[in-house]
Amino acid sequence: MIPAAFDYHSPQSLDEALSLLKQHGGDAKILAGGQSLIPAMRFRLAVPAILIDINRLDDLRYVEERGDHLAIGAMTREHSLEDSSAVRSSYALLYDTAVVVADPLVRNQATVGGNIAHADPANDHPATMLAYGATVVAKGPNGERTIGIDDFFTGLFENAMTDDEILTEIRIPKPAAHTGGAYTKLERKVGDYAISAAAVQLRLDGDTVAAARIGLTNVSPVPMRAKAAEAELVGKSISDAVIEAAGKAAAAECDPSPDLRGGVDYKRDVTRVMVKRSIQKAVARAKGGK
Amino acid sequence: MPQLDDRKEHHSELADGVSAQVPTTDEVQIKTPENIGGMGHRKKRKEDPRFLQGKGNYVDDVKLPGMLYMDIVRSPYAHAKINSIDASAALEMDGVLAVITGEDLKAAGDLHWMPTLMSDTQMVLPIDKVVYYAQEVCAVIATSRYIAADAIEQVFVDYEPLDAVVDPFEALKDNVIVREDKEEKTNHIWHWEAGDKAETDAVFNDAATVVKEKMYIPRIHVSSIETCGMVANYNKAREHMQIYMTSQAPHAHRTVFALVSGLPEHKIQIISPDIGGGFGGKVPVYPGYVICAVASLVTGKPVKWIEDRSENLQADSFARDYHIEAEMAADKDGKITGLRVKTLSDCGAADAAANPSKFPAGLYSICTGSYDMKAAHVEVDGVYTTKPPGGVAYRCSFRVTEAVHMVERMTEIMAHELGEDAADYRLRNFIQPDQFPYKSPTGWEYDSGNYEAALKKAMDMIDYRALREEQKEKRAKGELMGIGISSFTEVVGAGPSKDYDILGIKMFDSAEIRIHPTGKAMARFGTKSQGQGHETTYAQIVAEELGLPADDIEVEEGDTDTAPYGLGTYASRSTPTAGAAAVMASRKIKAKAKKIAAHLLEVGVDDLEWNIDRFQVKGSSDQAKTIQEIAFAAYTNHPQGMEAGLEAVDYYDPPNLTFPFGSYICVVDIDKGTGEVKIRRFVAVDDCGHIINPLIVEGQIHGGLTMGLAPAMYEEIVYDENGQNLTGTLADYLLPTAVESPKWELGKTITPSPHHPIGAKGVGESPTVGAPPAIANAVVDALWHLGVRHVDIPITPPKVWKLLRDNGVTD
Amino acid sequence: MSEHEVTLTINGESVTRSVEARTLLVHFIREDLSLTGTHIGCDTTSCGACTVLMNGKPVKSCTVFAVQAEGAAVETIEGVAAGGELHPLQEGFWEKHGLQCGYCTPGMIMTAKNFLAQNPNPTEDEIRRGISGNLCRCTGYNKIVEAIQYAAEKLQADAGGE
Repeated sequence: MIPAAFDYHSPQSLDEALSLLKQHGGDAKILAGGQSLIPAMRFRLAVPAILIDINRLDDLRYVEERGDHLAIGAMTREHSLEDSSAVRSSYALLYDTAVVVADPLVRNQATVGGNIAHADPANDHPATMLAYGATVVAKGPNGERTIGIDDFFTGLFENAMTDDEILTEIRIPKPAAHTGGAYTKLERKVGDYAISAAAVQLRLDGDTVAAARIGLTNVSPVPMRAKAAEAELVGKSISDAVIEAAGKAAAAECDPSPDLRGGVDYKRDVTRVMVKRSIQKAVARAKGGK
Repeated sequence: MPQLDDRKEHHSELADGVSAQVPTTDEVQIKTPENIGGMGHRKKRKEDPRFLQGKGNYVDDVKLPGMLYMDIVRSPYAHAKINSIDASAALEMDGVLAVITGEDLKAAGDLHWMPTLMSDTQMVLPIDKVVYYAQEVCAVIATSRYIAADAIEQVFVDYEPLDAVVDPFEALKDNVIVREDKEEKTNHIWHWEAGDKAETDAVFNDAATVVKEKMYIPRIHVSSIETCGMVANYNKAREHMQIYMTSQAPHAHRTVFALVSGLPEHKIQIISPDIGGGFGGKVPVYPGYVICAVASLVTGKPVKWIEDRSENLQADSFARDYHIEAEMAADKDGKITGLRVKTLSDCGAADAAANPSKFPAGLYSICTGSYDMKAAHVEVDGVYTTKPPGGVAYRCSFRVTEAVHMVERMTEIMAHELGEDAADYRLRNFIQPDQFPYKSPTGWEYDSGNYEAALKKAMDMIDYRALREEQKEKRAKGELMGIGISSFTEVVGAGPSKDYDILGIKMFDSAEIRIHPTGKAMARFGTKSQGQGHETTYAQIVAEELGLPADDIEVEEGDTDTAPYGLGTYASRSTPTAGAAAVMASRKIKAKAKKIAAHLLEVGVDDLEWNIDRFQVKGSSDQAKTIQEIAFAAYTNHPQGMEAGLEAVDYYDPPNLTFPFGSYICVVDIDKGTGEVKIRRFVAVDDCGHIINPLIVEGQIHGGLTMGLAPAMYEEIVYDENGQNLTGTLADYLLPTAVESPKWELGKTITPSPHHPIGAKGVGESPTVGAPPAIANAVVDALWHLGVRHVDIPITPPKVWKLLRDNGVTD
Repeated sequence: MSEHEVTLTINGESVTRSVEARTLLVHFIREDLSLTGTHIGCDTTSCGACTVLMNGKPVKSCTVFAVQAEGAAVETIEGVAAGGELHPLQEGFWEKHGLQCGYCTPGMIMTAKNFLAQNPNPTEDEIRRGISGNLCRCTGYNKIVEAIQYAAEKLQADAGGE
């Protein structure tokens, strides 16, 4: 399995990358970590005429808290999230997610920006970023703009960026006090895409859920938020019944396709289970547990 | 002194101590000191240093001057008429030398079809139609791998899709005929029976309890990490074909190549270099090999063909694919009395089974397992479907895993049905130690066994009774825990020549040992290691017999120009056959060595006795000649009239198969929310007779267990209704990783084979055979109280979830 | 088609070659540099047989283009035995029988080398997760885990001795 031939550019700066992108338009594809793109090219499912490799853009590699948010450079390798002390200490949902993206070797090369920009509902970060209410920063010929994550995923493998933009940064709001989050993923085997997974980020006021956002992985054609499930939580005092109701709501609102990972009924029901387990873990963490 | 003809020594004189039943122990026997390193030593492998440093030599590592590369155009349909193949665009590309089609092979001497090992025929390249998805359609030969990959995109094939027939039961209706080339227009290939039908029916008529179950043993793939490949190097001037090939059976393949191609066999050299795992998948001859060899003949240049993983998974021989309907009978005391089995074998588009026996269903009739019963009757029908041809054995003797899965599931169902403990039920139904050699109702003679000892040991190791108590408590709390047992009997070492052959070539195997003047040795074998550690274990066998340090013995296999003829490595046959040949050849050498020693010590042959590494005068250990001294004398000071040298060759035809056995106990916990099964513990007690190298045996068992886990919980080849393979890459064909694979816990008993010269039995496959039913039985055991009787493997979370929800269980 | 000059160090030695942009790093290593210890086992980034260290990090060299390794330090199995002496991992795999057919072994060792650098004193579960991107079909993994534990202890002891 060998990719078709292509022209290759390796810009040394973001501006150079943007100008190459503008110059080549739809013929060019951005090469980030390549862990999804290169296999697709090997099977000739992707046959780009031009690759713009942005791996030299070291400026886009950082994970740091800046003011009210955690800023993640788009070219940050997945493994850097696991290694980040900020992520480990304050972003449990992100940490949970980072350690279940593919396998440890893929995580050494794959990038956070690529995982999100690919807009694959099977990828893990979209659900997590939806639960965080993250913001995506895109840069194009007309400068930089921010896109709320709720507006970012527009279709299967489609995002809100224009062809001449490059994703540069992801911003995750710094969690307020009494906030907890968790990512629970059901896999056929370790490192696989999820059968279903749930990302939950919530804030407690005493025993009452003051705010909650839930993202789901691989149970819809487009990365989705489980808004009905969120509605079952917000304003309620946390209890087994409330958690079950949220799980059921998520099961009802998701839209999975039957495949080798299971039928529709199965995927809906385990989405219920994943949502419940993430909520339980998130609540425990919001209350100060690990 | 008369000339000694080594080759006329009769086997029975060499096989001392053979044929008596030997009591079971659990102590590994060690007779030689560590510096000799004979049997029983945990010797580090001699082959490892090259692998550890990246210096192995696998087929894809072979690079010859001027070498060309081949890539294959494959069918996107499971069944389609070929209207035309247009290769003109490909042929115009720079670096493309040839495109080989079925018509070309036909013109080259009807090479577009080849015989299978089951006396069926299989297309090499099609002319009229394709009969499975990913079938080879034509091949491109180019100057680089990359150009060849580009060129296959430029071959345009006009297909006319035909209806696929994927379900073998549907195939039996003959609405779609897979093999229109056959005279008889039917998809039914063969019918085969074993056992006594009338007697079995009578047993069932008299039964107090009969249990029935349908089960499917799914289509799977061995997926060795190295795929298949070849470098064919035809030298026109010498009219000589040199072939590097991923072959588990290089000699047999050379003979097949000679018969198919018409090239004289002495002008074909097959070299099977280091092999990256075989597991049965490198026994068949695939179309790619034949095309590659033809490509070299046509171009006169070396041609390399290396499969992609997806090609390997989609087109190479599958394993299993058995649809089974089984019934088991018991009398009023709960004693098992009979087994009645009907099976449909989905062969795909050709019966291309890598089956070394005369029986179309291989050793499937071993299905009465470890249980003493009066009667059994087995029927199997083979059927064509529009799927890739096969099958292979997936790290087991042919069809033994299917048989063992069935009988262990049925025994478990019977025990539960009768309300008996699954372990106690097995203990009272086992063939007892004093019944060996045991004649089974389907005609097998089990050489030896002590099933009770193995199961009791496993029960002790895992504290079985305490687990049953824990299970009761858990069940009261609504938690789902299961304990599964499998007490399997394997049958390996194909095999006695009356019943086992490949295209008529009997299933002996061979050893040739040459001892050099300085006491170092070269030993060559007809088998071929694919990771089993032959370079070490064979050396240990020779060390045991001749007292030469194992490190002084170079073991070589896989080159048909140098190794003695043998049938290769699969079906755990290397130790039972070539291992025995190593013993016999050593004993021939020893017989000559004794005469030389007598000459050197100036005593009679009868005055000498063997002591580890020397002949000594009886009762006088200071008068001795070591094997090294004798070897030197064999070239420098042998008796007048004796042939010089110290070497022997042996072709060993085993008198019977060997019957390794074991008992496995698996404990699982089930997640009621997701249906996930977590293996908490897995204890495996194996009995493979005398152990040559405990370290290697443990490794073989661990690996076999993970390859038992794989089909039990993860692996299955799935097709859609059009015959498209949905699991054609490792992203969807799920090989277990170190995370899925539990920490295996091993135990052993040792019941030597009475007919093998060193009492060994073979071990690499027992765990693959024994593990799946232990896991399946554990899952069903966890769910039996809910009304669950059976679940087909692979036991995936969706299947378990459905059983839970259908029976009212949720989280 | 674009050809590019690539300069990188392979096991400490600098090499420069001209390659097609689409050349996979694994083919570059195996065919252009004739270092055949790095293997190919799949086409979906699943098996890890092709694992090499790129700037110290193990990556699947079938899913990196050779041009991307421009300027990188690449280490393959051939570079692991320093001065001809086996690395503790190689020793561990030998002592504990952590290999059978040997095909996945180079990838396993390269992964484990970085893993132990990151986590010198790992639990069994951490080791199993650490090698979960590398498939082995022969060993059932028990003895690979033991081999890595052996190396961890040896490396710890060596570090303590200095």
